Amino acid sequence: MYSEKVMDHFQNPRNVGEIENASGVGTVGNAKCGDIMRIYLDIDDDGIIRDCKFKTFGCGAAVATSSMATELVMGKSVQEALQVTNKAVMEALDGLPPVKVHCSLLAEEGIHAALWDYAEKKGIKIEGLEKPKNDISEGLEEEDY
Amino acid sequence: MERIYLDNAATTKTSEEVVQAMLPYFTEYYGNASTVYAFGEKSKEAITQARDIVAGALGAKSEEIYFTAGGSESDNWALKATAEAYKQKGNHIITTKIEHHAILHTCEWLERQGFEVTYLDVDENGTVRLEELEQAIRPTTILISIMFANNEIGTIEPVAEIGAIARKHGVLFHTDAVQAFGQVPINVDELNIDMLSGSGHKLNGPKGIGFLYIRKGVKIRSLIHGGAQERKRRAGTENVPGIVGFGKAVELAVQTMEERTARERSLRDRLIERLETEIPYTKVNGDRINRLPNNVNVCFRFIEGESMLIMLDMKGICASSGSACTSGSLDPSHVLLAIGLPHEIAHGSLRLTLGADTTQEQVDFVVDTLKEIVDHLRSMSPLYEDFVKKQK
Repeated sequence: MYSEKVMDHFQNPRNVGEIENASGVGTVGNAKCGDIMRIYLDIDDDGIIRDCKFKTFGCGAAVATSSMATELVMGKSVQEALQVTNKAVMEALDGLPPVKVHCSLLAEEGIHAALWDYAEKKGIKIEGLEKPKNDISEGLEEEDY
Repeated sequence: MERIYLDNAATTKTSEEVVQAMLPYFTEYYGNASTVYAFGEKSKEAITQARDIVAGALGAKSEEIYFTAGGSESDNWALKATAEAYKQKGNHIITTKIEHHAILHTCEWLERQGFEVTYLDVDENGTVRLEELEQAIRPTTILISIMFANNEIGTIEPVAEIGAIARKHGVLFHTDAVQAFGQVPINVDELNIDMLSGSGHKLNGPKGIGFLYIRKGVKIRSLIHGGAQERKRRAGTENVPGIVGFGKAVELAVQTMEERTARERSLRDRLIERLETEIPYTKVNGDRINRLPNNVNVCFRFIEGESMLIMLDMKGICASSGSACTSGSLDPSHVLLAIGLPHEIAHGSLRLTLGADTTQEQVDFVVDTLKEIVDHLRSMSPLYEDFVKKQK
């Protein structure tokens, strides 16, 4: 069902954990739908992401996309991190089954939510960053059987 | 790596004896049972014999057993045919919120045809409340369809009481006994059952074969139209090897029931007890006493089921979960929601269903493995993190 990359990131997730006094923390998802992702960012004075950690409650794809998303933003500038889309996360994982695409959206939203928190704490505005939805399942239609 | 198969409610291994009984009917006695020549007679005899065995296991008459292609067909047939045959009497059907989808989706289809369906709630153990059932009966009620035992949480319903209520009100009673048949003794007369669905592959028989018991006198219409097989009620050349295998499986299930289920019960209870005492924040789902002998269903809080299944699979353990990710929708199992579990807890459910081959060593290995897996997943869970912080 999952690609080797997904399985690798699920079995050996990178950057699991918390960052104390993180520059930004974002929690997205919905326990009702079975996915919650929390992203911690440590951003230095030059706006570079020095560390990134995550915690995720969710399926194999949710864990793998969180893990991959943290890898993709590590060492990047805030602006570059903003460009890490769900598509980029999916491609880096060699794809996801169609029913799991929303997990990659969760990863993108998680990064955005953490960046939003950082911007709010710093009192700055990040160009191109919109207030993230807290609940990514909004607007997702249930399949009809 | 040894495979530990604990998903016997999904399907079972076809037993060696069953396979041996079936084999001659592929290559040796392959004649069509509906033919005139003596060669076809062999197939006919084999079907008769299997029918007698199935009927005997239920205290039914042989002519009340109709072979089908499986449990889903039997459920569809029982509901659709009764609806059609009794629509002059009324258009109301009573079922529960915890039925298998073969019942629920058929009921939804019937609603679209103009029938009215009451979906009864269940209590926190998954048991139907008898007073609610009785209150739900209307003059237009033509059928009560309530499962014998639930496939997810293993709860055995008060079938005798349901049968008595149905009889008292002159309403037909169908039960989906796919999980219970072969696990618990069933007598259709004592329990006032008018129709009963069963399936071969849940009791070490082959897949693709099932039956519907229809009490003599119940009006029935065909679901599959065509030839005159099954007393003109179910068309299609009989699946002779399947029927023979089913018969053999039922024969064995009845013979071994007492000893096998006693063994499974003891392993089941050991498994439940160890999980409950050794893994914190674990909840047992389903009735602890009126429970299928082979069913264990628990929720581990703060973690999600699919992750757990993948990690179990990496250790060779086959299990199942009611999480959304395993159901193909965003909602977790309708059964777990019906017993009142919040979504986030229902997502962390695990079902382990034992079989005749399950050993105590396997059960202990599964508990030890699960302790590690649950620990690992909780260490990554933001829900657990929040919970621990709140505790402080």
